[in-house]
Amino acid sequence: MSTRLAKGGRLIDRGVKQDFTFNGKRLAGYKGDTLASALLANDQLLIGRSFKYHRPRGIVASGPEEPNALFNMGTGPRAEPNQRATTTELFDALTATSQNHWPSLEFDIGALNGFIARLLPAGFYYKTFIHPRAFWKHIFEPFIRQSAGLGKAPKDRDADRYEQIYAFTDVLIIGGGIAGLQAAKSAADTGAKVMLIEQTPHWGGRAVVDEPEINGQPAQNWIDATLTALGLMDNVTLRSRTIGAGVYDHGYILADERIADHTPGDGRPKHRLWRIRAARTIIATGAIERPLAFAGNDIPGVMLAAAVRDYVTNYATSPGDRTVVVTNNDDAYRTALTLQAAGLTAIVLDARAEANGPLPQQARANGIRVEVGKAIAKTHGGKRVTGVTICAQAGEGAPLEVIACEAVAMSGGWSPVVHLWSHCGGKLLWDDEQAHFRPDVARPPTGADGAGMVLACGAANGVLTGPEALLDATEAGRVAAQQAKGQPHDPRQSYASNLHESCIKPTWLLPQGAGIDKRSKMWLDYQNDVKVSDVQLAAREGYDSVEHTKRYTTLGMATDQGKLSNINGLAILAQSLNLPIPQVGTTTFRPPYTPVPFGALAGEARGDLFQPLRRTPMHESHEKSGAYMEPVGQWRRPYCFPRGSETHAQAVTREVNNTRQALGLLDASTLGKLIVKGRDAGRFLDMLYTGVMSTLAIGKCRYGLMCNENGFLSDDGVVARLDADTFLCHTTSGGADRIHGWMEDWLQCEWWDWQVYVANVTEQYAQLAVVGPNARKLLDKIGGMDVSAKALPFMSWADGMLGGFPVRAYRISFSGELSYEIALPAAQGAAFWALLLTEGEEFGIMPYGTEALHVMRAEKGFIMIGDETDGTVIPQDLGLSWAISQKKSDYLGKRGQQRLHMTDPGRWRLVGLETLDGSVIPDGAYAVALGTNENGQKNTEGRVTSTYYSPTLKRGIAMGLIARGPDRMGEVVTFATLSGVDVKARIVDPVFYDKVGEKQNG
Amino acid sequence: MASSVNALQGSSYEGYVAVREIGPLGMITLRGSPTDLANPLQVNLGLRLPGPRKIETAGERSAAWMSPDEFMVILPHHEVDRTLAALHKDLKGKHFLTVDVSDARAVFTICGARAREVLAKLCPVDLSPAAFQPGDLRRTRAAQVAAAFWISGPDEFTLVGFRSVAQYIFALLQASAMPGGEVGLY
Repeated sequence: MSTRLAKGGRLIDRGVKQDFTFNGKRLAGYKGDTLASALLANDQLLIGRSFKYHRPRGIVASGPEEPNALFNMGTGPRAEPNQRATTTELFDALTATSQNHWPSLEFDIGALNGFIARLLPAGFYYKTFIHPRAFWKHIFEPFIRQSAGLGKAPKDRDADRYEQIYAFTDVLIIGGGIAGLQAAKSAADTGAKVMLIEQTPHWGGRAVVDEPEINGQPAQNWIDATLTALGLMDNVTLRSRTIGAGVYDHGYILADERIADHTPGDGRPKHRLWRIRAARTIIATGAIERPLAFAGNDIPGVMLAAAVRDYVTNYATSPGDRTVVVTNNDDAYRTALTLQAAGLTAIVLDARAEANGPLPQQARANGIRVEVGKAIAKTHGGKRVTGVTICAQAGEGAPLEVIACEAVAMSGGWSPVVHLWSHCGGKLLWDDEQAHFRPDVARPPTGADGAGMVLACGAANGVLTGPEALLDATEAGRVAAQQAKGQPHDPRQSYASNLHESCIKPTWLLPQGAGIDKRSKMWLDYQNDVKVSDVQLAAREGYDSVEHTKRYTTLGMATDQGKLSNINGLAILAQSLNLPIPQVGTTTFRPPYTPVPFGALAGEARGDLFQPLRRTPMHESHEKSGAYMEPVGQWRRPYCFPRGSETHAQAVTREVNNTRQALGLLDASTLGKLIVKGRDAGRFLDMLYTGVMSTLAIGKCRYGLMCNENGFLSDDGVVARLDADTFLCHTTSGGADRIHGWMEDWLQCEWWDWQVYVANVTEQYAQLAVVGPNARKLLDKIGGMDVSAKALPFMSWADGMLGGFPVRAYRISFSGELSYEIALPAAQGAAFWALLLTEGEEFGIMPYGTEALHVMRAEKGFIMIGDETDGTVIPQDLGLSWAISQKKSDYLGKRGQQRLHMTDPGRWRLVGLETLDGSVIPDGAYAVALGTNENGQKNTEGRVTSTYYSPTLKRGIAMGLIARGPDRMGEVVTFATLSGVDVKARIVDPVFYDKVGEKQNG
Repeated sequence: MASSVNALQGSSYEGYVAVREIGPLGMITLRGSPTDLANPLQVNLGLRLPGPRKIETAGERSAAWMSPDEFMVILPHHEVDRTLAALHKDLKGKHFLTVDVSDARAVFTICGARAREVLAKLCPVDLSPAAFQPGDLRRTRAAQVAAAFWISGPDEFTLVGFRSVAQYIFALLQASAMPGGEVGLY
């Protein structure tokens, strides 16, 4: 059984006990434990079930490469699925539950899948698509859905907060092992700005476990001294618990800082996402040990050799009294020596024919039993290892001896963590001697200047031995700093591992002649249940690309992204295809290196901060009066102002009637307002609008249409001429920023020699529309300026004072009624709104919302950008030829509007629609024509663009685009509706109300 | 005449730095060629024309660089009309644009020893003391909206955004300055 040793454990504090629960079971660990070490200390070997066969699974690793120990962490608003026990710091009252088991971890029905494993081979999922067809829907799909998914999605809103921060540095070093520390020191010594991040809470990486001495001093002393030196330097930033997640173009790096994962509820943000710009990035991410493929290598108790010594040295956790170390390299002998030093028993099975390096020699000298040329033929046990049968590596697995043990420590060699090197295009090369892919320093990911922006050093660079890794890191730090500062530098000296120690014999199969019965029990991908036999089957079925094999077998597609399985998998594939490994290549490394919580990516953008919400100066007043608000772009505008028990429809009807009969008040502040000024302003607006603006008299207003180069209608609004060279252009509510950008685009890129300046003053003004027969009475009452028809005729404007406020009053109307739009400084808008409501009481004033606005403009046949237009409509379609100058030689869109399709008399054009029965045509309904198209659908001859109940006419009215519409006045067209009942409507003039236009004159 | 009200009526928040809505400040957008603008700015406001990404300050008045042909003048609110008239007079015959944008803005101060990192959580700007110094100005974004800021005093930044999103900006600064979120970056 795995247990806590009586002494040792450099990272735990035995003085501070921490209680936690696993699947409801109360367990205890120490401060400094990871959840994984605490579980092992409690003999909790079985921690989960695999994805496909629900096989019992135990902890394999001690770091972020762990494929099995994924838990649902926390409950309620702090529930988080798929949390890795090996990277989760233990804290008091932690609760974790295992995933992917039913009904319980100990007894799992899904494990029956294991017995039908023969029926679930590689590509099973895809094969189910083929035949028999009905099986997919009724048998396979429900079955796969049931077994899919690992953790449980949280149901409650996340109780924690997350934040992000931007940081800038000359050199960013990812990985705080000895190579990272040394690279940081080397770079910082040049004066460069340095940032060093480390994923764990501790610095020094594997050194203390693996390297007893650095530069003649104990490893921990060297680490402490280097850290102290770095801490004293002003140009160095150190962040632990911060993992480099992704490297992107232009030296942009994402890092995830786990601030309060281990201190939930302490008020700090749970995570902080670092968005870093680095001139140079050094990857010092170390290496990951590979498993070995032998029968039963997934039984709980089988672990990576380095993980075994991590647990012993760092957490004083023993995997069991007797451990069989199985290896193809010298490094794993460290595990045997560590176990022996802790008073435990270890036996080494070495697949190599001989092992005579310093470590094996030391092991033998210490009396450790070492068997060379041996392998594991079979692992005994179900939910925990009970022993192994050994065999000759060279043979087919005939049993030689059964050895009883509680744990198996395996080492297939080390793979540099090249993920971050590869994210942005860094290339790899296959190192035959060390049997791994490592960064090809000649082909780094390149930055904007075409030079390499990422360097690798230490184990991540394939330099696996300590002294050489330090030299490599020193060089990387120096070169990165010099490059970051644009200084000339000598070429980087290269260093390689001391091969005498790291010698390895690539061994992809134990024993090498293992038959199918053994190969179908050799796991490559623990999380997705991909075995050696699956990859071999894929190869037989013709999958010779590693990318295809990955998707077909799901090798490396689990949440661990194949950190343990990929190299072994592609080696098996290469062997099956009889190709060298580099020719098969790797799959693509994509960010993030390990999962980044969605909360960290969202940062502050949730709840009220999800999106900016734009408020007009009168917003608060609207909310207080109970207005029902609707989104208009990022603005919120009152849709209507319901009173008492009114429905929204009733409120709209009242608002329309009151405005037409008495007095309405509208918040029109969202209208875009652009000042266009300069000698060439008139000429510029003549190009932008379809009509002529340059001839507009000072003090007058004119309605204008803007089109894009293709002729399609893009925006509309009223233009006012302020003085000889200044115009104020109103845009639609959503259009201000877009049209401002459009104007600047033409001025900066095409007509750069025209003297025109544009300023967006949308938010400088509150704008109120005072609308209805009593409008003038109210303005006269509050007084201050002459607003008579004579002084301020229709389509003119004047500056003055009203009720003590400085205003600009426009006589423009979007409702057909007598109407003034009053603009005044935004900071005074709310006070003016309140004044009008009070003073207007005697004239029956009522505020109205956007829906009443829409109804009234539709009654008048006025178009609305976004309703009557959709990017395919030209002004000519809308009967707006009167607003298009025929005299001008050019305007934006003119040529487009002359193209054949645009002048086709059969185009759908704007008409009014009156239903025969007075009903309201559903929004978006299509007019059906005779016959069907090639898809068997009914032909169409038009569509509804705006449709309302008109309180004024007391019937449904609509506008629509109908084929040859204006030529078909009086004809009846049929609209299909979703309810299946057709609606018949007569084509009429789009102006339903006050065709002569008398009302707006008051 | 009714008095002007700030978008948030001067809201404030005491986090690990203090966030305050201030104002109203007078603000004028000034567009023209730097050659034409330099003298009128000096004569009327006692300000030198700021270089790219800089702000020039003299007493209560500042001129901020916005783009190669756009500047923002910041001054006491009651001086806006008078200054606009004077600039108009001095720039007569030149190609220029001046416009009062005081009411289009919301202005905040971020005050405290850690003000820099509170801004660095929202704005993609290098706020290290070496990179961002008194006299520097950035037009940038604060999370999802446009903003500009500069150093306005010891441990104090002034940030300007649009009035309609004043509440959003205030809430952003509040979240960023919430105790527990201390970074210790600078």
